[in-house]
Amino acid sequence: MNSKYEIVIGLEVHVQLTTASKIFCGCPIRFGAPPNSQTCPVCLGLPGALPVLNRQAVQMAIIAGLATGCEIAGRSVFARKNYFYPDLPKGYQISQYELPVCRQGELAIVTEAGGKTIGITRIHMEEDAGKLLHTEAEGGRYSQVDLNRACTPLLEIVSEPDLRSSDEAVAYLKKLHQIVVYLGVCDGNLEEGSFRCDANVSLRPWGQKELGTRSEIKNVNSFRFVKQAIDYEVERQAELLDEGGKVTQETRLFDPTAGTTRSMRGKEEAHDYRYFPDPDLVPLVISRQWVEEVRATLPELPQAKVERFITELGLPLYDAEVLAAERQIADYFEACVAAGGQPKACSNWVMGEVIRGLNAEAIDIAACPVTPPRLAGMLQRIDDGTISGKIAKTVFDEMWRSGQGADAIIEAKGLRQVTDTGAIEPIIDAIIAANPAQVEEYRSGKEKVFGFFVGQVMKASKGKANPAAVNELLLKKLKA
Amino acid sequence: MNLTDLTIHQLQAQLRRRDVSAVEATRAYLERIAATDPQVNAFISVTDKVALAAAEEADRQLAAGEAGPLTGIPLALKDIFVTEGVRTTCASRILENFIPPYDGTAVRRLKKGGAVLLGKLNMDEFAMGSSNENSAFGAVKNPWDRQRVPGGSSGGSAAAIAARLAAGTLGTDTGGSIRQPASHCGVVGLKPTYGRVSRYGVIAYASSLDQVGPLARDVEDCAVLLQAVAGHDPLDSTSVDTPVPDYDGALRQGVKGLRIGLPQEYFIDGLDPEVRDALEAAVAVYRELGAEIVEVSLPHTAYAVACYYLIATAEASSNLARYDGVRYGLRIDRGEGLIDMYRQSRAAGFGAEVKRRIMLGTYALSSGYYDAYYLKAQKVRTLIRQDFLDAFAQVDVLLTPVAPTPAFRLGEKTTDPLQMYLSDIFTIPVNLAGTCALSVPGGFSAAGLPIGLQLIGRPFGEETILQAAHAYEQATEWHRRKAPIE
Repeated sequence: MNSKYEIVIGLEVHVQLTTASKIFCGCPIRFGAPPNSQTCPVCLGLPGALPVLNRQAVQMAIIAGLATGCEIAGRSVFARKNYFYPDLPKGYQISQYELPVCRQGELAIVTEAGGKTIGITRIHMEEDAGKLLHTEAEGGRYSQVDLNRACTPLLEIVSEPDLRSSDEAVAYLKKLHQIVVYLGVCDGNLEEGSFRCDANVSLRPWGQKELGTRSEIKNVNSFRFVKQAIDYEVERQAELLDEGGKVTQETRLFDPTAGTTRSMRGKEEAHDYRYFPDPDLVPLVISRQWVEEVRATLPELPQAKVERFITELGLPLYDAEVLAAERQIADYFEACVAAGGQPKACSNWVMGEVIRGLNAEAIDIAACPVTPPRLAGMLQRIDDGTISGKIAKTVFDEMWRSGQGADAIIEAKGLRQVTDTGAIEPIIDAIIAANPAQVEEYRSGKEKVFGFFVGQVMKASKGKANPAAVNELLLKKLKA
Repeated sequence: MNLTDLTIHQLQAQLRRRDVSAVEATRAYLERIAATDPQVNAFISVTDKVALAAAEEADRQLAAGEAGPLTGIPLALKDIFVTEGVRTTCASRILENFIPPYDGTAVRRLKKGGAVLLGKLNMDEFAMGSSNENSAFGAVKNPWDRQRVPGGSSGGSAAAIAARLAAGTLGTDTGGSIRQPASHCGVVGLKPTYGRVSRYGVIAYASSLDQVGPLARDVEDCAVLLQAVAGHDPLDSTSVDTPVPDYDGALRQGVKGLRIGLPQEYFIDGLDPEVRDALEAAVAVYRELGAEIVEVSLPHTAYAVACYYLIATAEASSNLARYDGVRYGLRIDRGEGLIDMYRQSRAAGFGAEVKRRIMLGTYALSSGYYDAYYLKAQKVRTLIRQDFLDAFAQVDVLLTPVAPTPAFRLGEKTTDPLQMYLSDIFTIPVNLAGTCALSVPGGFSAAGLPIGLQLIGRPFGEETILQAAHAYEQATEWHRRKAPIE
């Protein structure tokens, strides 16, 4: 919060789709493949080659649009954005301009300042450019062009200038990231550039209606950098305005090492992209029926899951949010419940031992050695008194290590809990006999000593004695 | 009779009977190209080895009785069709050494049909021109009079037929580039409906107007060639998935009862009297054959040329952006940086007319001018298309001149681009409307220059214009005359 100026931020997020092939040709999309190995006449921009729209990319645009409450356009148009750059093989990028595929959506975010709804102006589809590799090999300075990434499908999701702080910007980005990953339309990989963001930042005196002059910050590829870049930019603009200066409309580049932004090009040097409808592609017509079919298959979004976990499964808010944050974790948890696990117990174990184990080994939940039915099976053994909660940790570790089921491990290791009073009684008698001083203390009113007896009995039974049975028997014998 | 004088259907009959082999026919053409083409300059590249290999394969198929309608027929292609392993220049310095790694769809279909490809034909650079003088490989000469232009941009494709250097050719037509040279060279040339033939592998000039079509000695040959290349292509989003009729089968139905429209706006003051006479004579022929002649109006005709030069150049300015010296084609790099490389390569690689159109189109799309030029032109285009649809509610085909005059002299209009642009006033509206039309020989001027007639059909009405042209051709002798060139 700035004392003099209101901060206004709008974000443009580029989301790389997880389609099997590129948006306008059949080439596969593979990160890290040898340069120019994933190319054909179309994505190389060879003379005579023509684009053909990938249906799966459209499907994903509809999914993303529906998940963010957008209107899906019955008719949208691809347009050419014309500019010269060596990573752009046709000399134009196929994008959408006047008629994007989705419009007028929204996204709810929560920050420390509270909840808020951020407007989404539009979502449009476009192709990505290639990559330039600058090298000084062979004694010269070269720039080499790798067109593997050229023509991969992107969604550009443009927000309204509704964000009022870097914290809100980050919350919006995290929410959007969570949703597109949840929907399976993006792998969410920030390092590989699957989710990239440009931020438009401006300031205006409190109470002023008109927006101030904005700068557009490019190249911010992590949530932390977005915050840094916006904070820096806010400070820079505030200083300018304080000194009576003016903010110039320009494109600025974020420098992650310095944590600053610097001018890339001014308004005068801004490109005239000469957008016009691409005559090689017919207008994209999306039927109501298609939209409804997609809507019917739309996965449940995190917010809805949280609510359901609370109302239907009786989880506390905290548990519900942790579990719903990632789709695979949520699915795992629900599979445990479906396999007969008691919801809160499942939640505790998933949030505890399961996630801890995954983090320790840096593996994905898909590769978790303890499957949901196995975990549920073990939880049932706690419920039916076969093992105690404490022993269960040992059983879980062994399940993780060996991949065996709980029952096999309990049998093989003899971890079955002893509930038979006939077996516990002699142990208690021996402990009482061996510790007359403590018995005296207890009987004279120092009830804290009771814990000592429980500990001794558990130790002697190697943890297998049923704690409830131990309590009951001990009480009876000490009071006697 | 020489093998090179035969029509495709005549040669096909002889090949089937094994009176002649595909290799013999191919050799005959290659020899004639070597002897005669220096006078015409129709070819940019002659692919002897490829042609003979294809001819040998065709002979095997013919011997096995597996021949299709084009098996062993020697054809040639405008150098705008990308051909795998065969240099494809688009008659431009910027692609002088470009060897494509793939075949376009039309080429693939011809090859699959067993055709023998003799080589690549001269044209106006990037199909921009009406005289074939805008070629980096020199102008093409009209086989009827070597002092005159063959028309353009498919000048090589028309001249090669007239000079009997190929049995059939493919060209492209963006504003008249098949029909106008066909008219000037006395051959038949057909521009199909937009979307009838795939544009995949055809170097783009103006994507919303470009269309592939055949040029041949008679209407029947045109039908055979169209049959081979027409049809939906999943690689071209603008190709239309509508059934391809049997064009040859529709040819002989006559014109009795056919309603032929004469658009009054096409009989302008600048129309050459000899062209007018030819048209009137054709009207008489059609009346004789039982057709009904109706006067119609295409009220927005006057705006077509202006509309075309905004839309075509706008698209061209974008389509030609890829020739930047980075990945293929000419690169001039003085080591002074990227922008300099772009400028130098494009300055040296493109000819004057191409540069003029890139600049016109860039201007028309620029911020602040887009609405006044490009967008307005698109609206006019809609009106022009509606003119045709209205006319086709009254008539089955339209009969018009192809060009205002017969072939003009080389150099006559090179200094006056506007005069050059006006030579396409009768052909351009058809491209804007996206419908089909053809040029069929309709007489000769006193100077012995061919004059073509244009028959315009409904969208996807190629059958009807072929049928009307065939009836006229059967009733006249113009298509039998041979250009005086040996």
